[in-house]
Amino acid sequence: MSNKVNKVKVNYFNEKKETLSRKELEKLQLTRLRESVDRALKIDFYKKRLNDIGVKSGNDIEKLSDINKIPFTTKDDLRSSYPKGLIAVNHDKIIRLHTSSGTTGTPTVIYHTKKDVDNWSTLVARCMVAAGATKKDVFQNMTGYGLFTGGLGMHYGAEKVGMTVIPTGSGNTRRQLTLMQAFKTTIVHATPSYMLHVFEKMSEFGFSLNDFSLKRAFLGAEPYTENTRKKLEELFKIDVYNSYGLSEMSGPGVSFECVYKDGMHTWEDAFIMQIIDPATGKEMPDGEEGEIVFTTLMREATPILRYRTRDRAFVYKGECQCKRTHRRLSRIVGRTDDMLIVNGVNIFPSQVESVIMKYPEVGTNYLIHLNKKGSLDNLTVKVEIYSKLFKGELSQLDNLKKKLTDEIHSSIIVKPIVELHEPGSLPVSEGKAVRVIDERKEL
Amino acid sequence: MKITQISIFLENRKGRLYDVCSLLGDNGINIRALTIAETENFGVLRIVTSDAEKAVKALKENGFAANITDVVIVEVEDRPGGLAKVLKTLNDNKINIEYMHAFMTKHGDNSYMVFRFDDPDSAIKVLKENKINIIDGNKISEI
Repeated sequence: MSNKVNKVKVNYFNEKKETLSRKELEKLQLTRLRESVDRALKIDFYKKRLNDIGVKSGNDIEKLSDINKIPFTTKDDLRSSYPKGLIAVNHDKIIRLHTSSGTTGTPTVIYHTKKDVDNWSTLVARCMVAAGATKKDVFQNMTGYGLFTGGLGMHYGAEKVGMTVIPTGSGNTRRQLTLMQAFKTTIVHATPSYMLHVFEKMSEFGFSLNDFSLKRAFLGAEPYTENTRKKLEELFKIDVYNSYGLSEMSGPGVSFECVYKDGMHTWEDAFIMQIIDPATGKEMPDGEEGEIVFTTLMREATPILRYRTRDRAFVYKGECQCKRTHRRLSRIVGRTDDMLIVNGVNIFPSQVESVIMKYPEVGTNYLIHLNKKGSLDNLTVKVEIYSKLFKGELSQLDNLKKKLTDEIHSSIIVKPIVELHEPGSLPVSEGKAVRVIDERKEL
Repeated sequence: MKITQISIFLENRKGRLYDVCSLLGDNGINIRALTIAETENFGVLRIVTSDAEKAVKALKENGFAANITDVVIVEVEDRPGGLAKVLKTLNDNKINIEYMHAFMTKHGDNSYMVFRFDDPDSAIKVLKENKINIIDGNKISEI
């Protein structure tokens, strides 16, 4: 799936590192894998598992393929260690931590040393330069700041590139557009659905495309199709680049499209990228779809080995026109679990379920309904009123609705619409309960 | 002196009121007072019936979210100022009213209001002391 690009200028943040020969790259990976294993051995969780397979030091890793002897790390493993987390250095060396919400309310934590933050920023800078950014650009970061790694992650990377950064964060579309015009923003970072939303609101807020100087958009945090990318490019008259990352691998900066927009380069000097068959755990060859597994090669504070991302994709065969030797990941094609993404935020139905179960006034049957409100995702949680506890007062129902809304909101970050329904009105299934109805068409 | 009122949770769906009324009708239950408190998406239907126990049973068996509340039926003079007179007595005695609505019939010169009080026992005491008539549960069918 190659897009014809006529005249593109290829820039590198660090040409040497980005175009290392495969032989050199793999040699570097082996050295760094050993270092990563040595760091991991300082963590009880990994020490036990590595010792169990006969690995007492990094030197016991003889060749790259030995990585397959190392057992997988799952999200649950990270949750179980919370809040202590997986930490391989002294706490005084930690300068930042990011948490991400877990399914049952237990978050996961990733720690960062000064070097970790710097390396992370460098990877993001590489991504941005690969997609055409230069220090002459003005960068508007339209995703949430705070614990969400997309915010600070892209921010630090953009500063490293030398762009002028406008840290707007998400929302307040009128202000986004006002600043975009005033400061002649050339590059934005957003979710694809928010980007569509911005376009819809443009004329409503009194703007036209001519008011802006946009050239590029870096879009990620939720999957979207090639068609949506093309649509956004046509609407805004810009180039759109796909970005992939996850908080366990620090955040954005893991994989990113270059100016050729033909797959996302994963920085293989920072991560070992593998595709496995989720059922058997066996590694799959390039070109075949499976679950992405990452191993960190440079992270000091929280090294992670063989992390099952639960994202499905495949690795491109062959070399990219940009001459980077770091292999490319396809678009994410799906999940191996029931995780949903709503306006760029990861949500598990079980998070909603845990809140509902705490309220005896509503029954145990619930339904999550997803649809689109314009370009943005809309999440509705339908519950049934439990006869026994119904007091007959409107105020009880109003209160209940508010409490449910607030508690679900606080758990999943996205504000839900809660609907109260009569008992027996929600569908009941014979086998596994259908908890989610997703009417959103693929973006 | 407290009367059983039934509250039913209903979604704003076509035919729900009909479903309730036809169910009660089929079970030989007569509705004596009715009011609906509604919001955008749902409402609470409140009824006083000729046989509360039977009505609740039928409703619950047919999957309705229904429950009972104590209300007081107060006799109110059917003339301008009649209701205000009762309300003054209640206010003067610091009796709080949650809601109220009218009964379906009228008896002589009086009409009847259904009151839901925060504290029904205190309300009944005050009304009696001030010689305001309250209808006994057994006498509902007579009015």
